[in-house]
Amino acid sequence: MLSSEGFEVVRREDLSEVTYLLEVRHPELARAARPGQFVIVMSHAEGERIPLTIADLDRSAGTITLVVQAVGKTTREMQRDLRAGGSLYALVGPMGHPSHVGEAKKVVIVGGGLGIAPTYPIARAFKESGAYVIGVIGSRNKDLVFWEDRFRAVCDEFTICSDDGSVGIKGLVTLGIQQALERHSDVDELVAIGPPVMMRACAELTRPRGIKTVVSLNPIMVDGTGMCGGCRVKVGTTTKFACVDGPEFDGHQVDFDDLLMRLRRFQPEEKEALERWQTQGAAVT
Amino acid sequence: MAKKRTIRTIPQLRTAMTEQEPAERVRTFGEVACGYSLEEALRETERCLFCPDEPCVRGCPVGIDIPGFIQRLGERDVKGAYDVLTDTTLLPAICGRVCPQESQCEGVCTVGQTLAPVAIGRLERFVGDAAIREGWASVPFIEPAGHKVGIVGSGPAGVACAADMAKAGCAVTVFEAFQQPGGVLRYGIPDFRLPNEVLDAEIAKLARLGVTFRCNTLVGRLFTIEQMVEEMGFDAVFIAVGAGTPDFPDIPGASLNGVISANELLTRCNLMQARDFPAHDTPVGIGKRIAVVGAGNTAMDAMRVSRRLGADVMCVYRRSRTEAPARAEELHHAEQEGIDFHWLTDPIEVLDDGHHGVRGLRCRTMELGEPDASGRRRPLPVAGSEHELECDTVVFAIGTNANPILGQTSRIKLDARGYIEVDDDLATSLDGVFAGGDIVTGAATVILAMGAGRKAARSMKRYLGLVDSDVVYQETAAEDTLFGIAADRLGYARVKVPA
Repeated sequence: MLSSEGFEVVRREDLSEVTYLLEVRHPELARAARPGQFVIVMSHAEGERIPLTIADLDRSAGTITLVVQAVGKTTREMQRDLRAGGSLYALVGPMGHPSHVGEAKKVVIVGGGLGIAPTYPIARAFKESGAYVIGVIGSRNKDLVFWEDRFRAVCDEFTICSDDGSVGIKGLVTLGIQQALERHSDVDELVAIGPPVMMRACAELTRPRGIKTVVSLNPIMVDGTGMCGGCRVKVGTTTKFACVDGPEFDGHQVDFDDLLMRLRRFQPEEKEALERWQTQGAAVT
Repeated sequence: MAKKRTIRTIPQLRTAMTEQEPAERVRTFGEVACGYSLEEALRETERCLFCPDEPCVRGCPVGIDIPGFIQRLGERDVKGAYDVLTDTTLLPAICGRVCPQESQCEGVCTVGQTLAPVAIGRLERFVGDAAIREGWASVPFIEPAGHKVGIVGSGPAGVACAADMAKAGCAVTVFEAFQQPGGVLRYGIPDFRLPNEVLDAEIAKLARLGVTFRCNTLVGRLFTIEQMVEEMGFDAVFIAVGAGTPDFPDIPGASLNGVISANELLTRCNLMQARDFPAHDTPVGIGKRIAVVGAGNTAMDAMRVSRRLGADVMCVYRRSRTEAPARAEELHHAEQEGIDFHWLTDPIEVLDDGHHGVRGLRCRTMELGEPDASGRRRPLPVAGSEHELECDTVVFAIGTNANPILGQTSRIKLDARGYIEVDDDLATSLDGVFAGGDIVTGAATVILAMGAGRKAARSMKRYLGLVDSDVVYQETAAEDTLFGIAADRLGYARVKVPA
């Protein structure tokens, strides 16, 4: 009553050694959420608030799906502890503006690494709007690829790019995009979600061609409601708060150098927390 | 009162309140001001003249019967004093701590014209703390009025409105986006000014009044204001989301790591308990030498939090001490705690350390010119006065803008600056929807927000056609009262509605 009541994890699926899926019950949120929006979760009362983009939702089951990569202390601890039947201490959203799925007739949807997950509902939404959808996903190797079937079901063309060539074509997503743009001179829009370096490369590829490019930013934030200003990003000549003005922005306007530097803000603390957890707490369940 | 008191017969000196020594307290988050003992409180009550024109009552934004509660307290009837207080104010333990009394009740106190004014805030806090300690709050019987009321935001405006609507028999739900209720009382005001246990105790009373708190609920995005009225069955809605979006100055270097808002620092430290990192997962992310820009209450809180985290702290403010908007006691405490004040100093650039971090703050010296629109003397730059202050963190506490979420998701009418437009009754452009507090006025104080919450409650009751019957305020049934509610013989309760 006076604080969080907890949100039930109804399904957990391991997509790779480091990537896991959590399906969480929250009927109201499943009803309200749109592609492109995000949530903030806390795994326990002493935890931190972490923003996660919504990867899928099931309105009839009343659930939303989050895909998480175990990189730091919090996400590794969640990987260790959260199972079906368990619960998140806090879950709030949907936050941010939904993706604008508009008039585009032909779109390229690019997901890299963990960005594969949140691009899926956007690809589906464009497909449902009648657009011709070209999916390009990038991964370091075959083992890290997930949701290939789902993407194929909503894409008219689909390419996987892997760093080591163990699946799809060998190369970065930019290679897959380049090939798509050679096949199609009439692409209206490109949506890219993934590591900032990848999104910047995508934006540089489309800039000379004048193709509208949307990127989704995930900077450091606390509340997600416009209150802390930690998530401020430079877009063109203005400063925006990713949580309430984004998370999607014009990729040609985003100052990625500034974003990359700002993402390093807590590097020493992140390292400290992870090391401490690995030496002291990781073994305890 | 055996004999009539005069200014000559009352204790001449204001009763001092024990405080933790500055050197001690900068190492802990324990409360600075320790509060009065009963003897100290009784001595201070003897300083009230019970003057007939009661300027203090008019000086109080919510019109507390101040002589009334002081009289009961002076008679050692602490419970009676609590009943008088809670007839008007919901959260005496909080208001006694955070109200700017010097510009309200104490500022107009008759005694204060000759001597130091009666320490009304400290007496209020004494009574509020006693109530928490003694558990003076039982569940009242309230006749259901059959109305459903939704309140957006659990800060001071929201909880004040919630209490009044619950007492009028409405089914009240308060929505909060964070994982715990309290709004700025939780994330903003630090423990050494307002301990979390005090806040928890005051909010628990509201829950016992039947108010439902729904945390983790971002109104506007999870559901809209319009949906609350049209689909979710709320007969009236009160919007009290606060202002909340921090302002950053348009100067070079404002996006460097190490430049943060006071909101972020305070939220990390107070709500997320970052001071206990890594036992709590949220890091606080400040360095060893902090420049806090601004001199309001939020700035003082940010400085004193930083001090307790072990940093050297500077205050950088473009006007002089006289114009500083902070509450006098906060400024005084900050000075005691070794904050290095740079008055008449205006930051013009945050300096990059070469790694996107902060190495200093370039400033210029100001002098005061003619009064500006705020009535304060306008600061003007002194030619050739540029200088650098060395620091690794810059915290901006220079004000807030309207939070954009409701404007993005609702048809509700906003003013040119993005705040919600209301009429004299705090009614918005949407039928049945009221708004108050910082999201209407811009950043103000806790007590003004509570005042707005109570004013909105009066308007909402009128809107819903609720008429509170005459007060059943039974001195004898003290143990059955809560916030001035008394169970009547029928097992129901009524509450006094201040005019």
